Amino acid sequence: MLTIKNLSTADRKRPLSNLNADLESGKIYTILGRTGAGKTEFLRTLMGLDDIAEGHLELDGQDLAKRPVRKRQMSMVYQQFINYPHLTVLKNVAFPLRRQGYSAKDANERALSALTLVGLAGFENRMPSELSGGQQQRVAIARAIVKKARILLMDEPLANLDYKLREKLREELPRLLAENADGIILYSTTEPAEAMQLGHEMLVMHEGRILAKGAPEEIFEAPATVEVAKLISDPPVSIVDGKVAEGRIALGATELPTPSDLVLPANGPVRVGIRPDALSVGGDTTARVVLAEFSGSDTIVHLSLDFGSAVMLVEGVHEFMPDQIISVSFDTSCLLLFSAEGKNITERRLNG
Amino acid sequence: MGRTYNIIKYLCLMAWTTFVVFPFLWALSTSFKDANAVTSGARYIPWVEFEPSVQGWTSLFASGSQGINIVQPFLNSASVTLLASIVSLGLGTLAAYGLSRFSYKAGFVKNSDITFFFISQRIMPPIVLAIPFFLMLKEIHALDTIFGLVIVYVALLLPIAVWVMTDFFASIPKELDEMAMIDGCTPIGAFFRVVLPNSTAGLVVAGMFCLIFGWNDFFFAFILTFTETQLLPVAIVSLNSSVTPWWSLSAFALISVTPLALIAIVVERFMSRGSLAGAFR
Repeated sequence: MLTIKNLSTADRKRPLSNLNADLESGKIYTILGRTGAGKTEFLRTLMGLDDIAEGHLELDGQDLAKRPVRKRQMSMVYQQFINYPHLTVLKNVAFPLRRQGYSAKDANERALSALTLVGLAGFENRMPSELSGGQQQRVAIARAIVKKARILLMDEPLANLDYKLREKLREELPRLLAENADGIILYSTTEPAEAMQLGHEMLVMHEGRILAKGAPEEIFEAPATVEVAKLISDPPVSIVDGKVAEGRIALGATELPTPSDLVLPANGPVRVGIRPDALSVGGDTTARVVLAEFSGSDTIVHLSLDFGSAVMLVEGVHEFMPDQIISVSFDTSCLLLFSAEGKNITERRLNG
Repeated sequence: MGRTYNIIKYLCLMAWTTFVVFPFLWALSTSFKDANAVTSGARYIPWVEFEPSVQGWTSLFASGSQGINIVQPFLNSASVTLLASIVSLGLGTLAAYGLSRFSYKAGFVKNSDITFFFISQRIMPPIVLAIPFFLMLKEIHALDTIFGLVIVYVALLLPIAVWVMTDFFASIPKELDEMAMIDGCTPIGAFFRVVLPNSTAGLVVAGMFCLIFGWNDFFFAFILTFTETQLLPVAIVSLNSSVTPWWSLSAFALISVTPLALIAIVVERFMSRGSLAGAFR
């Protein structure tokens, strides 16, 4: 169990403030946050590469903060492909084992099986510079998992790969991470889908703070705050200001039909979260297309409505012209309601 | 287009090669001349234009009035240069690593000030340093000794080593040292096991600079030695008498240039290799 208590750093650019979390062995924790959210700083601080200003860090009840980096029983995969350029692929992977006191023979055997696992059997005598980017990152992953460290930190390991390789390696990751199944795995990413797919639990970070921690589905279904809601999906949940009056939600001049199971808060201002798939083409609300982008098999349409802007996800590839006026409708069954301060106040009656 | 370009390119290269190589050829041909051949106009081709003589070369290994013996000065120069370069490179590399990886602060003194302090040693004209060095060496009875010269040369070469290596280490991602520490190295271990093996190009450049400056220095060798410990650049001057022995001078010049040229040819391959490819992307 890794216990993080009131952890803060004094980093001038991106300080971490007051992080708290208990991380259990045998689980994969994904850290979701935008670039600059402090994910890398968090992992570096756990690793001992950055200094702690305040707070405690305990592994199985023992103070971790006082241990030098090399004795923390951790391993790390960087976003950049870090390998030892002067060593062959095999020696790269055997390097941490040799430092742990394994004989050259044992270390090489284990390194070889780790390389087989990441699909690089036959490459052991190459130099890292002779490999492609994807292969280099596989070497780095092999070197990280071969140690069977108590804590495995992965800092956006797929971010520098091109789309295809990223997809491929992402598919393989659960199998690779199973090698370290007894340990605690922390995996940072900017992609909500990746975070939800890989993690047993998810930590949402923003501006050096942990905003939410819990099972990915729970956070997705009920994001605690507006900030979390904005982070947990791509395209993001649109947040618009509205008000509750006379048992209805009004967004500017548009009145939303209220689903029967939604408990409306008292009359007054409310912030409404509209998931991108809650909007669809056709209906009685007019909207102006600002921008349309294609992502694989979907079309993401940025709309300007009389009460604000929103993002709509349309399945399939459709052509929308900028400034085109279209009509849209809302699926209110998955609306999110937030208080003016940004706290989630969505409440639903249980059916029956 | 391609053909014309190639012809022009090769003509330029040939002109440049001639420019670089010709002085050596001239020195080589002169070293096999005698007084007559030197003074009777431009002649280059032995046996055809002049009768070769080995007098220029033999006089360098003779003694007394026949010439001077350069074996001892050569060995002195080699020892002083090598020792000073090795010490400078060793200390300079460690200092540079410290400066590139750790932040020091003592009062107003920060890393950049320390680096500047090292370089400032080379800003002053050598003559400013000559008297202090002389007095200091005299105080420790190290004038006219190899030991004394090594100390002075280390002081002169260290800034070069620190400067080149600081710059080089700055180009090595610090994530590489961090990775080594994560993988179980101490900070010193990370330096020796990971950073240093990836620094050959920098070490070679810094080492070459040290060797060149050390080997070619005349000024301090001249001021801080008298009779016991003569270095090559000083010995070459002592050849000059009322009649300039161009043949001996030429032979001498070739001998003193050879070691550096050989080293440069051997280590050149290490300089050009982009040794960090595959570390970082």
